[in-house]
Amino acid sequence: MGEAAASLPVPYTSVFGPVPTVVSGFAGPFGVRSLELILQTFANAAYAASYLALVAVGLVLIFGVMGIVNFAHGELYMLGAYATFYFYSEQQMSFLVAVALGLVLVGAFGLLIERGLFRPLRDNPLGGLIASIGLLLCLQAAAALEFGTKKKPVVAPTQEILTLLPGVTLPWTRVYVILVAVGLLTALWIFLKRSKFGWALRACAQDPEAAALQGISMNQTARLAMFIGAGMAGVAGALTAPLVEPEPHMGHGIIVAAFIVIIVGGIGSLGGAVIAAVLYALVQTFVTTYWNGVMADIVGLLLMLIVLVVKPAGLFGVKDRA
Amino acid sequence: MLFALAVAAVLLALPHLAASAEQRELAVFLLINALLVCSYRLMTLTGEWSLAHVVMMGVGAYASALIAKRLGLPVPVALPLGAAVAGLVAYILSFPLLRMQGFYFLIGSFAAGEVIRLAWRLSELRPIFGGPKGIRSIPGWEDWQLFGYKIAWWSAANYYYLALGIVAASLFVLWRIERSRHGLVFHALHWQDKLAESVAVDARGYRTTALVAASAFAGLAGGLLAHYLGTISPNAFEVSRMVDVLVWVIVGGTATFYGPILGLVVLTLVNELVLRSLGVDQARPLFLGGILILAILFLPQGLESLVEKARARIWG
Repeated sequence: MGEAAASLPVPYTSVFGPVPTVVSGFAGPFGVRSLELILQTFANAAYAASYLALVAVGLVLIFGVMGIVNFAHGELYMLGAYATFYFYSEQQMSFLVAVALGLVLVGAFGLLIERGLFRPLRDNPLGGLIASIGLLLCLQAAAALEFGTKKKPVVAPTQEILTLLPGVTLPWTRVYVILVAVGLLTALWIFLKRSKFGWALRACAQDPEAAALQGISMNQTARLAMFIGAGMAGVAGALTAPLVEPEPHMGHGIIVAAFIVIIVGGIGSLGGAVIAAVLYALVQTFVTTYWNGVMADIVGLLLMLIVLVVKPAGLFGVKDRA
Repeated sequence: MLFALAVAAVLLALPHLAASAEQRELAVFLLINALLVCSYRLMTLTGEWSLAHVVMMGVGAYASALIAKRLGLPVPVALPLGAAVAGLVAYILSFPLLRMQGFYFLIGSFAAGEVIRLAWRLSELRPIFGGPKGIRSIPGWEDWQLFGYKIAWWSAANYYYLALGIVAASLFVLWRIERSRHGLVFHALHWQDKLAESVAVDARGYRTTALVAASAFAGLAGGLLAHYLGTISPNAFEVSRMVDVLVWVIVGGTATFYGPILGLVVLTLVNELVLRSLGVDQARPLFLGGILILAILFLPQGLESLVEKARARIWG
């Protein structure tokens, strides 16, 4: 097992893209199993769950309102990461401004996608999906042309490390991701439950025709969902840019993970997506830490297959939304 | 009839029309991909779109390569065995996968395919599948001695004719399947699956047949590829290759038998001859994605609809 152990601490990239870097001083599969490592892995999982939840919730929102599975959602995440690289690393703006720009610009790009692609294809679910695959190819190539295929290093805004417990630490850059994700998801939840727009959005997700009969504008609601969904993917990318280092194909890993999350959580359920993101991040980080990254991918995919077979509506989904 | 003869003549003359070794190689890949897209169309006839088809091709490639290399069986025997293994794997996968439909089937098949592909990469299974580097030095097709001439199949020009024979035979079988009673049921399942079930059609059984047959032919295409290239790796069957297949099939159209082949040939020619000569390697996915978006927005029935319109105009 010597060879395997030596190759493990390298940040692993596969279909899932960069998996959060695992603890240092790792001594091989099933080697170290101290309480500290377990707690540390929980802390890493909390970080992974945060950005995954941001991406997955946006995906669910777009699917709920428009009935389109946006395969290019991972590329919106990538655009957010490049926004940080461009505005923060290149233009020397403050990190906070760069992240805010990432949110607004990617959200605005979402509006463009809605108008140009998804609206003309609304009554053709397979068409929307195919168009988003085309968009995915375009965005990847555009990023490669503009920024090159190599990873772009982004210097973290802070090098400080938060010590949660003796031996259990989390860099502040990761803590920011967790805090922003919790904040944004709470805000979204309040928005959906309390505001008039939120009512309209949920009504459209439940029954578009009935909602239209009540005078709710489908186009306006779709725009809103697309802006929020894209913006949240953008903010997730912008925040994690210093940790994952933007590259054109980084969206691939996150979209697969996000699909697993929305399937496990139940495809129309926002709360389900958040819970599934936490579950999936736990499984992924623990298997990566104690076994290896390829195995973690396999376990994640098998988990989704089992849910699909045993409970196709997902763990928290409503039965008749299929 | 005249048109069919012209196509046959072009196909037979193709290696001699090719200007370079690369173009001859491209002709071989075109044939193998033609089998891949046509077998994919068989699956889509039932209305289900799989994302595991390229992995099924890989299953055939790995199986055929391993049978020839490890068991030492001759390639002409290994090739159909590889296809059979692909069909068998598809049959096993059909139990969980065909419980789903539509988007769920799409994602489920993707997951199943990725699990298989990742298993090839797994370091624990390296003694069998060779890990991320895959299998090397796969035996090629044995040379023939014919009337004192030696026919060496490693050369692209010769292998082209071998592949042409196998692919043409396979396409004929696929075509006959579609024209058979089975094929009619596939169409029925696509357009009216509830109605078909109400007249005692075993929808699940027919979908299984389509999936297994499509996967077996994809596996055959994979075997042809493996014994030609002599080396295969998990990356050769990535999901981006599956996206290529989707683009070919969507741009070509799936209503007719020739639609996917049309899409494949047109896009490959555009890609290899036009874009390659422009020297814009990194921008190529941009064109591919753009073509896909334009096709779905403005030509949702695919290139074949243009051909059908032109035909209707010429022959009334």
